[in-house]
Amino acid sequence: MSTTTLEAVTRGRVRRTRRRHVVLTVLTLGIVAAFAVSLMAGRTFYPPADVLAVIAGENVPGATFTVGTLRLPRAVLAALAGACFGLGGVTFQTMLRNPLASPDIIGISSGASAAAAFAIVTLQLDEVGVSVFAIVAGLAVALVIYTLSFKDGVAGARLVLIGIGIAAMLDSLTAYVLSQAAEWDLQAAMRWLTGSLNGATWQETVPVAVAMTVLVPLLLSQTRNLAMMQMGDDTAAALGVRVERTRIVVIVAAVGLIAFATAATGPIAFVAFLAGPIAARIVGPAGSLLVPAALVGSLLVLAADFIGQFAFDTRYPVGVVTGVLGAPYLIYLLIRTNRAGGSL
Amino acid sequence: MTTTHTLAVEHLTLGYADRVVIDSLDLAVPPGRITAIVGANACGKSTLLRSMSRLLAPRGGHVLLDGKQVHRLPAKQLARTLGLLPQSPTAPEGITVADLVGRGRNPHQRVFSRWSSEDDAAVAAALDATQTAELADRSVDELSGGQRQRVWIAMALAQQTDLLLLDEPTTFLDVSHQVEVLDLLTDLNLTRGTTIVMVLHDLNLAARYADHLVALAGGRLYAAGEPAQVLTQECVRTVFGLESQVITDPTSGKPLMLPIGRHHVTTGAQTGVGVSVGG
Repeated sequence: MSTTTLEAVTRGRVRRTRRRHVVLTVLTLGIVAAFAVSLMAGRTFYPPADVLAVIAGENVPGATFTVGTLRLPRAVLAALAGACFGLGGVTFQTMLRNPLASPDIIGISSGASAAAAFAIVTLQLDEVGVSVFAIVAGLAVALVIYTLSFKDGVAGARLVLIGIGIAAMLDSLTAYVLSQAAEWDLQAAMRWLTGSLNGATWQETVPVAVAMTVLVPLLLSQTRNLAMMQMGDDTAAALGVRVERTRIVVIVAAVGLIAFATAATGPIAFVAFLAGPIAARIVGPAGSLLVPAALVGSLLVLAADFIGQFAFDTRYPVGVVTGVLGAPYLIYLLIRTNRAGGSL
Repeated sequence: MTTTHTLAVEHLTLGYADRVVIDSLDLAVPPGRITAIVGANACGKSTLLRSMSRLLAPRGGHVLLDGKQVHRLPAKQLARTLGLLPQSPTAPEGITVADLVGRGRNPHQRVFSRWSSEDDAAVAAALDATQTAELADRSVDELSGGQRQRVWIAMALAQQTDLLLLDEPTTFLDVSHQVEVLDLLTDLNLTRGTTIVMVLHDLNLAARYADHLVALAGGRLYAAGEPAQVLTQECVRTVFGLESQVITDPTSGKPLMLPIGRHHVTTGAQTGVGVSVGG
């Protein structure tokens, strides 16, 4: 081996890793900034000192309620749910090698959402019951689309088309459940149709946080295996990956994250779908997209919720804002794949 | 790195669904040599290769690496001894050559371990061996077919296995790149002693580059041994259902098969075969 090649290899790797670290740092700072702004700004502005005092547990007249009870759980839930959607989305997109194969396109979010709406509106379960319902439904939908699209292995395009069909069925199921509810109101309907953080409390936030402490490390432990599977199942297996086991662990973890977040916020439109491609664009082709997509998801939901609340005369739920961002990208992707030869 | 590993299959039966593809096959791969597997389309060549690298579980019989069943070995341990380059691997979008080659290091890395200087050294050595060092920072998407195949071989080399299995490494390449890839594999075999097993479409290139030629017909072993003994007119007739003339290649001294079709046959060639053409 020549030393010049070794130097070039090391230099290239260090350069790509450095870019990745810069991007991750900037994203983290962005999240911190968006989080801080969400706590301080609103109808009433509270200076950082008041916000910190509330977080420290002191009683600040006005701020304790507005910041401590309204804004803080909302911002925490936005950051956590955004990370869950980002992780779940990029996992499916990576595993199925298709940017359209995101849980919010192929019906997994719709399944979790329909089950959560049913559990809350019809069965009137508590947060834990709702989360269990959502995760079971999410896994069931994943199993159904996987089985329906299985024919000599799973082709991404077939799975996407079947998933879109299933998503449409489940969305109408959600609409039906909502229309049957006795105390039907627009707030609740928006939450289950496009996702919303309105009225977020610690009760919804805690299950998401607990689920993440288990599922995020589980998913991250599969980072390298997932990267190998991008090259095809045979190549991955030849590189020592136990493909089937990886697939099961990854699906359970990703669906779990999506389901817990959906049970808390509803299916916030297109965050899972957008986070991975945005992360890929800014991180470049070095290494795994899991962590970058989680950060992008967090930032996206925090920023979109803030915009939805305060940028217009009317307060819009976060899902309306992310929907406006995501829909054009979906159309762009469909046009691009169509030009590339008609296959998804 | 001299190879002492032995790879063999015993009474191996393979199949998909209700179809038997390989039927009770016995085969020993000579260590430190180049073995080429040839046969007609759908005769089970690729299936055999997949099973030898444990991607397909046997219906019956065993694949034995150093006397142990490969399907019972831990996945990563096997991947440090035996590498496989599938026929059409997919490069992740936008990945650089160096990063793709680096993925060959996976069997040597632990779940959360960091990239080591040893990994860098293995990648650099693989790039040098395949003459792809100047491509290191390029995106794989931009490469030509020949360059891309060398990069995939570099990835398999970074895996640093003593045995390397390749499924049709020359497909989709023009003739100069086919020869280039086979020369590269021969270099590896000669300098590192890597045992190479490859499925090849081109009978003449297989006969030229292999030390050991394996001909499969109908899921069974037709013949195995030195190319000069295996590649005969009788072999071509049974394995491919084709009449031919086999001469000695003036370039390499290896057997060279000249196919005889229904057209463009002079009398001289027919006497060479000794049987009626098209009969």
